Amino acid sequence: MIEVENISKAYGETRAVQDVSLSVEAGELFGLIGPDGAGKTTLFKILVTLLLPDAGRATVAGRDVVKDFRALRSMVGYMPGRFSLYPDLSVEENLHFFATVFGTTIAANYNLIREIYVQLEPFKNRRAGALSGGMKQKLALCCALIHKPEVLFLDEPTTGVDAVSRKEFWEMLGSLKKRGLTILVSTPYMDEASLCDRIALMQTGKLLAIDTPSGVEKLFKKPLFAVKANDTYRLIQDLRQAPFTITCYAFGEFLHLTTRDGFSEQQIAHYLAERQHQAVEIRPIEAGIEDSFMDLMQHG
Amino acid sequence: MDKAVTTHKLTKKFGDFVATDEITFEVAQGEIFGFLGANGAGKTTAMRMLCGLLTPTSGEATVAGYDVYTQPEQIKQRIGYMSQRFSLYEDLTVRDNIRFYGGIYGLSRAELKTKSASIIRELGLDSVADALVESLPLGWKQRLAFSVALIHDPKVVFLDEPTGGVDPITRRQFWDKIYEAAHNGTTIFVTTHYMDEAEYCDRVSIMVDGRIKALDTPTELKRTYGVDSMDGVFQILARGTSGK
Repeated sequence: MIEVENISKAYGETRAVQDVSLSVEAGELFGLIGPDGAGKTTLFKILVTLLLPDAGRATVAGRDVVKDFRALRSMVGYMPGRFSLYPDLSVEENLHFFATVFGTTIAANYNLIREIYVQLEPFKNRRAGALSGGMKQKLALCCALIHKPEVLFLDEPTTGVDAVSRKEFWEMLGSLKKRGLTILVSTPYMDEASLCDRIALMQTGKLLAIDTPSGVEKLFKKPLFAVKANDTYRLIQDLRQAPFTITCYAFGEFLHLTTRDGFSEQQIAHYLAERQHQAVEIRPIEAGIEDSFMDLMQHG
Repeated sequence: MDKAVTTHKLTKKFGDFVATDEITFEVAQGEIFGFLGANGAGKTTAMRMLCGLLTPTSGEATVAGYDVYTQPEQIKQRIGYMSQRFSLYEDLTVRDNIRFYGGIYGLSRAELKTKSASIIRELGLDSVADALVESLPLGWKQRLAFSVALIHDPKVVFLDEPTGGVDPITRRQFWDKIYEAAHNGTTIFVTTHYMDEAEYCDRVSIMVDGRIKALDTPTELKRTYGVDSMDGVFQILARGTSGK
């Protein structure tokens, strides 16, 4: 449904997207995972025909993003990272406006947005600018869907949104996927990656890896331990000095310690006991997506 | 024990709307205090009152020993503040930003010189000290903004979603800095949407609809709600609050 071949784009000296290739299947929920400056927004703008690539080619729903841009525009739904609805129009007026621009009506495609729009309906006469963050996001999604696109592009829909609203948003994406929509979504939150069918990890314009979430986790090959003790600050300092340590980072309640091959839990425990750490817990663990991402960033 | 922040039934109303509803808590000197809540729960309003930027409707609060009603100027001189949206001047150089903020907080010429040199050295910014801040990667800007927020050795530093948008390594390097500052006695008052970061705090409060619904160490909160992560705690407490 989306084919990207060797796409590059630079802004002056900054090489925003460098030789990126990927393909997304019809009906897939595909995640583009990476921090600010990874090139996610530039790639999105190229795919929704708002920006011309310097090199490479791409097709969406079988249409070339450069040559067939006019035909393509009515086939894609795009929710930009920045809130881009009309703040002075009401909820209903915004939706009506986007439906009209695409030559359709709210009624014609209401079934596609119903589940989301019912939550907005009590506020349909409120100005979009006066909505809360979570509500704006829902309205923007409705406006991106109202012309019944084949492919949905969501650029960081959950950035700056609280953990509860983020979860609700991903539940909405799950039900849109069930209707057969192809969805390309970008996010800086690693925990959202596991909710995608496949993900591409991106950093400073380049792809680090493309795989299923579990495939990405398996890219991590080094020994990994979760470690905890009662003085976290001192624990980090000491572990980073240890002869067996490659990296040591905070991961929620535990530290994640990557070691060289051939060191046991006992050796780590002994090292920490020598330094008077109390209530030490150490156990070997499987890497998560974030562990893999951090490893690929440094050595990929 | 010195208290860096105390509040008692602190309340702010905007017309009929109660943004912050009788919140009561204390933060110890040197503590990392996580201030969590859904969008619109009242965190920003509470923080603005504690920073001396907004007068409460009722209740009491002190920051660094000063009263928010009568001594807001003393508070402003003894706190640091950093957020993603407001931090550095993009069209000033690294060195000029440090000098500007140091000047605002009344550092002497000699202090400014020492501070600039130590911040630039510590952050490894020597090669870009005279470059415009806008040319720096986001992660560098965040660490610089944090150092600048600490330039006058404040008692308390308020961090409003300081780590948004950066890569996972940079995010952790930022937390290394937070740990270091707390270790040196600075009180950290931080909001975040990353639930793994909530685990890094000594204690966490969770606001829902203007009230503090829970306040404890991450370990105790997880035990109380019978879940294995702070995300689990947050989902239980903050879910089902309508209209957000």
